[in-house]
Amino acid sequence: MRSALGFLRFREVPVAAALIVLVLVTFLVNPQFLTAQGVKDLLLNSTILIILAAGQALVIITRNVDLSVGSMLGLTAYATGVLFARAPEIPIIAVFVICIVFGGLLGAVNGLLVSVAKVPALVITLGTLYIYRGLNNAWAGGKQYFAGDRPDAFGRLSVDTFLGVPIITLIALVILVLLAIYMAGARGGRDLYAIGSEPAAAELFGIPVTRRIFAVFVANGLLAGLAGVLYASRFNSVGATTGSALELDVVAAAVVGGVAIFGGSGTVVGAAIGAVLLTTITSSLTALRVDKFWQQAIVGVLILTAIIVDRIASIRTARKLRISEARHV
Amino acid sequence: MALTRRLRRIAAGIAATTALAMLATACGGGAEPEGTATSGGGGGGGGEDLTITFIPKQLNNPYTDVVLGGGKAGAEAAGFAEAEVVGPLEASASSQVSFINAETQAGTSVIVIAANDPDAVGPALQEARDGGAKIVAFDSDTAPQYRDVFISQVVAKDVALIQTELIAEQIGGSGEIAILSATANATNQNEWIKFMEEDLKTNPKYKDIKLVAKVYGDDDDTKSFQEAQGLLQAYPNLKGIISPTTVGIAATGRYLSTSKYKGKVALTGLGLPNEMREYVKDGTVKEFALWDPAQLGQVAAWAGKALADGAITGKVGDKFTAGDLGERTVGENNIVIVGPPTRFNADNIDDYDF
Amino acid sequence: MSEVLVEETKGLTGVARILLSRGSIMIYVLVAVLVYCILVVPRFASVRTTGFLLLDVIPILMIATPMTLVIISGEIDLSVASTAGLASAVMGVLWAGGMNIGLVMVICLVVGLVAGTVNGILVTVIGLPSLAVTIGTLALYRGLALVVIGDNAVANFPPALTRFTTSKIGTTGIPVVMIIVAVIVIIFGVLLHFTPFGRALFALGFSSEAAEFVGIKVNRAKLYLYVATGLISAMAGIFWTLRYSSARSDNASGLELAVIAGVLLGGVSIFGGKGSIPGVIAGVLLIGVINYALRLQRISDVVLIIVTGSLLIASVVGPSLFEWLRGLRHDRRVRRELARSEHASPTIQT
Repeated sequence: MRSALGFLRFREVPVAAALIVLVLVTFLVNPQFLTAQGVKDLLLNSTILIILAAGQALVIITRNVDLSVGSMLGLTAYATGVLFARAPEIPIIAVFVICIVFGGLLGAVNGLLVSVAKVPALVITLGTLYIYRGLNNAWAGGKQYFAGDRPDAFGRLSVDTFLGVPIITLIALVILVLLAIYMAGARGGRDLYAIGSEPAAAELFGIPVTRRIFAVFVANGLLAGLAGVLYASRFNSVGATTGSALELDVVAAAVVGGVAIFGGSGTVVGAAIGAVLLTTITSSLTALRVDKFWQQAIVGVLILTAIIVDRIASIRTARKLRISEARHV
Repeated sequence: MALTRRLRRIAAGIAATTALAMLATACGGGAEPEGTATSGGGGGGGGEDLTITFIPKQLNNPYTDVVLGGGKAGAEAAGFAEAEVVGPLEASASSQVSFINAETQAGTSVIVIAANDPDAVGPALQEARDGGAKIVAFDSDTAPQYRDVFISQVVAKDVALIQTELIAEQIGGSGEIAILSATANATNQNEWIKFMEEDLKTNPKYKDIKLVAKVYGDDDDTKSFQEAQGLLQAYPNLKGIISPTTVGIAATGRYLSTSKYKGKVALTGLGLPNEMREYVKDGTVKEFALWDPAQLGQVAAWAGKALADGAITGKVGDKFTAGDLGERTVGENNIVIVGPPTRFNADNIDDYDF
Repeated sequence: MSEVLVEETKGLTGVARILLSRGSIMIYVLVAVLVYCILVVPRFASVRTTGFLLLDVIPILMIATPMTLVIISGEIDLSVASTAGLASAVMGVLWAGGMNIGLVMVICLVVGLVAGTVNGILVTVIGLPSLAVTIGTLALYRGLALVVIGDNAVANFPPALTRFTTSKIGTTGIPVVMIIVAVIVIIFGVLLHFTPFGRALFALGFSSEAAEFVGIKVNRAKLYLYVATGLISAMAGIFWTLRYSSARSDNASGLELAVIAGVLLGGVSIFGGKGSIPGVIAGVLLIGVINYALRLQRISDVVLIIVTGSLLIASVVGPSLFEWLRGLRHDRRVRRELARSEHASPTIQT
């Protein structure tokens, strides 16, 4: 019985519960919310944020942050547009590979500066946020590529469904599952938690901290690259301003999903649920015909609630540990 | 004592910086290059090199790029020595001010501006005028007291009427419709919406058409896309959407054409032929309207030249030539109209390339 | 008996410490850039420049000052721009409602105080990490601004006030509001550098536990800082509204990044415990001058953005690189000394 209820202690439970409650309430008020089209829209809207939030979770778990994701997405989305426009016969899979690698390179710059130069990630990624956005503007200028410039098959990735789930969402879910398994089971994944909890101890323990942190930023870059390609598939135009101001939503999604900002705890699945919650709020509010002006305020309240809940949970865990330790002395 | 020494050092540092700043201003005050006072002369008569700068609402917007193309070509034809384009990367009210200030300092003869907010840019424009510059507003007006003339692409009322006419045709004369606009403060948008609402209320042909919602996509592709989604969820009986902004109509077109509403919900508004071509061809959009944006830029440039030359002052009744587009007259509220709108549909959309 | 193998290099002391500190270096760089711009950039050397540049930079300067203290004490506040925006929205709505302008401004300042207090309580009393909290309040306050004023813009503020806000002192071109900014800078500068409270903040930044043990009231200090930051942010919001004579929900949006960039460039360590007010002033002005010079030459904002980002990265990578090089030199010297002493008195081999 205890182990059955044990799952309630997972950090993901509050955010998943919040999501279910939100969807139910909205559905009761406006049944249109969960028609086939409505569900498809919900899944599609959250796909890109799911991928970005999962990547950000990896970074935050190691006690870093990556504010440049929006700019990275902009660059890779535009690259997608350019590739299809200049080489119309290019196989879609090649575009995926090229842009994902491009994202990985962008992430590697961040990773190098943070892990090797040992400079705080907040500052570095703030700088690359500016620089990558500037490069995006310089490259794109006023040019925008529209859906018509890309092959139909590419655009249909966001339209066609498999078992009711859009293809791009399936891609995101597969990636999510792989990441979750890695983080829970693989050596590298567990190392990240150790690094985030206590970097000095992790180093002493023999964990290759520098290599792991570099890898995490590269992974985040790869995911941002993938998100950029999917963005180009889903939305109409890609240009110089694609992805601006996305970073707040991404970090918010991770925090709301239970990833502690100080590192060391949280899961990619939690971050993904947080991403779905945040995108669902926008649609919910419109479906409920609530003034859309409340949306951002609600997001703010959610973030604060998430961290307060997290704090309460960690205080209770700490107290329990203290008591149990004392008892076993 | 270390403390006093430190205090002295810091004070010295501050004093030095302030002194340098003072020095800079003193230098500037004394030897001001062809800056302020003389640009008044630049406005006064031929023989001076005239310069013109365009400040759109935001750079990297395809519609704006066409307008600016026409504007720069027009400026060259009209005889300006220099034509520049500056602007913010994101449409915000306050960001345009620093660009206006830079132009004031540069002594530009004519500033052509599309305002993100009719009042926020006012004081800066006033300062530019005090320095002798002529202000031409285009595309999106400023408050009238801050500009000499406003170039309007078409008669505002006509733009509104043609859109209500199109939507009424496409939904069969009755049903619920919604408007997906750009930013909530954009002057031109609000004017057109006002006329549309009036038309829907007063015109007996539209008595069965109900306007149920107005949403704003902020001229952002993603946001407009999501607003379109929201509309269809919130109003399941929606039969038509009017989007009087090229970004909005393109985003809505993309959403509709990839959803079950394709062909069932009518979409019309103001759009660029190049962006809308695929949606017209696949049946999502039957007909929409616009004008030739390049002409807007051209008339603005010629108007600027006429003002700078002193040929017109912008008052009602003034006439000037807009190059090969012919003569234009300044109308009520110092507004100049470029021309009538054009309707685009499957028959003629391939004839246009912008 | 222990032998001193190598003379450890002493840290900088006395005059050198102040003249060569990070803050001072930023001041030298600022002066150098200013001189360059005056000489090379056409039309830069003018009264207009002082006026426009300072007007642009005033809100950033205002907020950067208390932000310096916050970051030095080991925390951060990302919600400053949203607080300014909220104050602006409240100002617009109240003024449009017909309230007396003086009363309106007082209420806006109170809004800032409340916003700062909320931040402070969440961070100190409840003990939440400031980065996460202020990301939350960044969204919350901006959201409240939207709820308060919606999509409207209020524009008809009393002309006397708006004129005063952009008026300059005599013919120097320096805006009158700079006096208020100078007062703020002096207050916080003195507080940080010349009072026990300020020294305590440095200690806080290094280790809040150690500071607690020494008797510094950590929570109270941080609470005051957040309240002060909220108040100053509201002031910046009021200035912004009056300068552009426009109250909108998106006023001052994104300002927090500019503030942090300026503060970090000015030598404040993001980890806390290090930094100076003069350095931050220089950092903010440096970014402002470069931005202005580029805009004046009609160079695209694209370049501006890349330059700001690069400056930011250089400002942290530089010292890091410098430290690394110094470490290398130190290691090499120690090795040399060891080899020499080995040579002189070889260890006994068994």
